[in-house]
Amino acid sequence: MNNTDKNIVKARHPFTEAFEMFSKNIAAVIALIVLFLIILIAIFGPTLYPVDPFDMVWMPFSPPGEEGFIFGTDYLGRDLVAMIVHGARVSIIIGLSAAFVTVFIGVSVGAMAGFYRGWVEEVLMRITEFFQVLPTLLFAMVIVALFGASLTMITIAIGAVSWTAVARITRAEFLRIRELEYVTASRASGANNFILMFGIILPNALPPIIVQAALMVGSAILFEAGLSFLGLTDPNVVSWGQVIGSNRSYLLDASFTVTIPGAAIFITVLCISLVGDGLNDALNPKLRQR
Amino acid sequence: MTDPLLSVKNLRIELNTRDGVAPVIDDFSFDLFPGEAISFVGESGCGKSMTALGIMGLLPEGVGKIASGSINFAGEDLSSAEQKRMRNIRGNEISMIFQEPMTSLNPVYTIGEQIAEVLRAHQGLSKQASWTKAIELLDAVRIPNPQARISDYPFQMSGGQRQRVMIAIALACEPKILIADEPTTALDVTVQAQIFDLLNDLRKQTGTAIILITHDMGAVAEMAERMIVMYAGRKVEEGPVQQVIDNAGHPYTQGLISCVPHILEKLTAKRQMLQEVPGIVPSLRDFGKDQCLFASRCQYVSEKCNNTRPTENKFSSSQTVACWLTESIQ
Repeated sequence: MNNTDKNIVKARHPFTEAFEMFSKNIAAVIALIVLFLIILIAIFGPTLYPVDPFDMVWMPFSPPGEEGFIFGTDYLGRDLVAMIVHGARVSIIIGLSAAFVTVFIGVSVGAMAGFYRGWVEEVLMRITEFFQVLPTLLFAMVIVALFGASLTMITIAIGAVSWTAVARITRAEFLRIRELEYVTASRASGANNFILMFGIILPNALPPIIVQAALMVGSAILFEAGLSFLGLTDPNVVSWGQVIGSNRSYLLDASFTVTIPGAAIFITVLCISLVGDGLNDALNPKLRQR
Repeated sequence: MTDPLLSVKNLRIELNTRDGVAPVIDDFSFDLFPGEAISFVGESGCGKSMTALGIMGLLPEGVGKIASGSINFAGEDLSSAEQKRMRNIRGNEISMIFQEPMTSLNPVYTIGEQIAEVLRAHQGLSKQASWTKAIELLDAVRIPNPQARISDYPFQMSGGQRQRVMIAIALACEPKILIADEPTTALDVTVQAQIFDLLNDLRKQTGTAIILITHDMGAVAEMAERMIVMYAGRKVEEGPVQQVIDNAGHPYTQGLISCVPHILEKLTAKRQMLQEVPGIVPSLRDFGKDQCLFASRCQYVSEKCNNTRPTENKFSSSQTVACWLTESIQ
């Protein structure tokens, strides 16, 4: 290696470029940090703050700050800090796993439809449209009401009603990419359909799917909160939506019991959306030059 | 004479269009012998690429299909081979490189991964062995510093380098036939010459037969031994390259050759005014007609040309021409 070689500007790796683009978006970076803290709370919070959220610890409706209860107590005299900390875990687990279910179903359906075209596409897209026209909350409620309000069922219910957007995005990307030359080139060097779909086309279709998945986490948390608010939740675990739901009758007398878990949901979902937006900017080459 | 490696007989490829079924390739036959380089020449839309895709079994699904004829490769008819068998042949025994090197490589994998993938799939090499082989291949296609470049992504390479990588992928499994579909159209002239040199050298080393698809007469003269001139899905002339260029039999071939500019300052007998072939290729609708499809653009057209499809006549010992006027215009 001589000196001139060192001075050559090396082409940057796409990940480096995406990362730089992401770090320019200050809101997204702050949101990512806050989100990171929330996840830390979800993981370590219950150990660091070992108060059982179901224990009655003080008088009901004690306002925040009184007697050392930072967020106060709810209508049964339970510590709201403990409920928020323990609820974070459930809300985030449901958010992530429902997003995973969504992406899994959506990508499978979209990939098959976009790759095989013909009758496969017709059938799969009609099914997708069928799910799209169902009122989502109602359909999820039916699933949970029928099969019981366990965390697994709630996750599946959220996944089952929200995979359609991912399926449509995946199909559109597959339709675009399958016609590109490197796909024909791979076919010409003997790749089979499975490799073409998941080895060649899918990695190139990922950016919009990643963004959609990130936004899915936020909407899944909201969805879970909505179901809990209506009482369709596992009564043995705390989640933010459940706290709001159980305190909703006292909204006028002790509004803090509802606004505090509400703020937790709001901040988390907002952060996820901002991060998703930042990812969108970073992964979408058309927005890069702005 | 040895047996041909690839023997295409009376091939007819049909495309479904809005106006019905059109034969993009009509009654097309040719032989390719081991180690030989032949060239398909013709304007855009003459069915050169369709023939190549037909041989590879890569015709656009639901749109194009082989209607009749046979593609005989080493004793096997590819036109009726199963998908699984075709996948095994593609990339392993017959490879193809494409026109557009900028988009023919997958942007999310390093070039090393893309070369190694083919080796693993067809030759069952281990990860380590395929990687070593990939470095050797990059060296063979004259990419400097292959050890370092192997973990580059396609966007880090120039057009010429990418086409070299494509050639490395195509030749990875030492195929018997390499189909090069306008391999240099997207590259600038100096790089074109390098790529042709490379292909020629690799052909000498490996004995791979090459089918070069092009509309560049210069490329044909440089690369191929025999050329097949195609017009509207039919073969109009076939013969050894030098012979055809010196003494073209078909008016279309003559037109193509007179289109090539020569770098000479003054108009002389050697450099005449640049000719063009007037008109355009007929639309797909007219491809199946029983007439000479070049008739509408031909200055020697006669009644017979419009009514009957010309047969292939021997023009000289090794040259055939499909034109009714072969005798009179010599």
